[in-house]
Amino acid sequence: MASGVMNQLKNGLWRDNPGLVQLLGLCPLLAVTATFVNGLGLGLATLAVLVASNALVSATRRWIQPEIRVPIYVLIIASLVTCIELIFKAWFPDLDRTLGIFIPLIVTNCAIVARAELYASRNPVGASILDGIAMGLGFAMLLMTIGAFREVIGQGTLFARMDMLIGGEPMRGLVLADQGWLLLVLPPGAFFSLALAIAAKNAIDRRRLESKATLSRRARKLNR
Amino acid sequence: MEFQRREAPFLIPAVSVSSMMLQVLAALVPAAIAHVWFFGPGFILNLLVAAIFATAGEALMLSLRSRRPETGLTDYSALVTAALLAFALPSLTPWWVTATGALFAVIVAKHLYGGLGFNIFNPAMAGYVVILVAFPMHLNLWVAPRMGDLDYQHLTILQTLQFTLTGGLPDAISFDAISRATPLDVMKSGLNNARTAAEIRAIPIMGDFGGRGWEWIGNFLAIGGFWLMIRKIIRWQIPVGVGLGLLVPATIFYMVDPGSHASPGFHLFGGATILCAFFIATDPVSAATSPRGRLIYGIGIGLIIYCIRRWGSYADGVAFAVLLMNMAVPAIDKLTRPHIIGHNDRSNTSD
Repeated sequence: MASGVMNQLKNGLWRDNPGLVQLLGLCPLLAVTATFVNGLGLGLATLAVLVASNALVSATRRWIQPEIRVPIYVLIIASLVTCIELIFKAWFPDLDRTLGIFIPLIVTNCAIVARAELYASRNPVGASILDGIAMGLGFAMLLMTIGAFREVIGQGTLFARMDMLIGGEPMRGLVLADQGWLLLVLPPGAFFSLALAIAAKNAIDRRRLESKATLSRRARKLNR
Repeated sequence: MEFQRREAPFLIPAVSVSSMMLQVLAALVPAAIAHVWFFGPGFILNLLVAAIFATAGEALMLSLRSRRPETGLTDYSALVTAALLAFALPSLTPWWVTATGALFAVIVAKHLYGGLGFNIFNPAMAGYVVILVAFPMHLNLWVAPRMGDLDYQHLTILQTLQFTLTGGLPDAISFDAISRATPLDVMKSGLNNARTAAEIRAIPIMGDFGGRGWEWIGNFLAIGGFWLMIRKIIRWQIPVGVGLGLLVPATIFYMVDPGSHASPGFHLFGGATILCAFFIATDPVSAATSPRGRLIYGIGIGLIIYCIRRWGSYADGVAFAVLLMNMAVPAIDKLTRPHIIGHNDRSNTSD
């Protein structure tokens, strides 16, 4: 059981990461990751919606007619997103204003529909919730990584305006440089950052595979 | 007696990539001299910085891709990219801006797509657009052109060098004293402020056709371009296409409403039209390949330049026009594939 949990977490965070590998939900990924706090905010919102929608879809999977399943998934996801939107409006009004349309647009995030269709509709509730946590965390981690990267290089700061999420006075965050490389904050920078992240993941995977191959070759030589 | 045995083709054109690139560089020399004469020694510094970083980026990428560095470095394509980038930059540009453009051009726009011959986008223009987007305020510092009756302060070589290295001017000199809006900027802001084109033309910097200094650089570029055409390095279709695409709408709008539209001559000689028509759009790698396709490609670039100049927010649109039409090249090439004589497959032809 424990290894199954680990496996699912590994799938969501790395092997089947919705952003890096499945390339799903790219619209919010590219649009709001100009700073770390934006990435974190949208990542948390997506995570919450993904966990809840997986749980609901899995719990109702016996009664959903397969012919009309997609409209019903959209209905479930849309009502959850409305809840999240109201929560953001109530507790994080500044962040809500910054993220703007991209909070309601979580409805159309294909990563969520994909998990409902591919996983939650054919697995029990517990496993579906775990899948939602794993995939949501994977997506949120990617949003935060790209957000931090773009913020450091684009603005020269890190964790600026965290007050939008945790309250208090407006924060400048860690100021590393007075001025950044504007390109990274602009839309092309999002594409470059995502491309770099995917390339890094592939490079790490390949290096691991190669080292594993050399290890097994050595082991075979020793056995002989 | 021994005869030399040869296989077909017997008429081998004596053109290699490096000789072609060298001739393009040679064709740019008169215009480069004119550029230095009108806008000061900054052009040489920009060219040096761009050439150093473009060559370094080329060498780095060739060694990373485990290619032989000497073949890539002796074809001079990195130098041509650097020269075109230097022509696009204002003469006062800090070195890191130029270096960013040159490195992006060679590393991302050229080598990440597979190196010379595989790049979809014109490297020099891709590099220029990146720095235009990333450092907008640095690309507006055009110094005043050197012309008899315009008494603007001109920088010495040392002062220019200081600016290139540090991005700052000596304390006694302010930017306002040396810099000047380009003719295209003057025309655009003037028209936006509801002045007539004729009024704007009366400003001394506008020159006879398209701005003091600019029109002369344009002339020398055109001479170099015609020389390349005679040498058959470039074909007539792309320059003619760019000219048609830009001048036909410019003439129509100018004839309908001369008060609020710049004249066709201004469009031809102001800004980078001629550089684009003869040197940038004709990049053999990223341009269309069939004769008809080249004409369409050129016309498209000309039209987009006119649209950006007339309705866009940027004063000139050469780089964007070239990159946009680069994206259209695969479609153009597919639709204008020349008909093979004797081949009767109607479904495969485009007409």
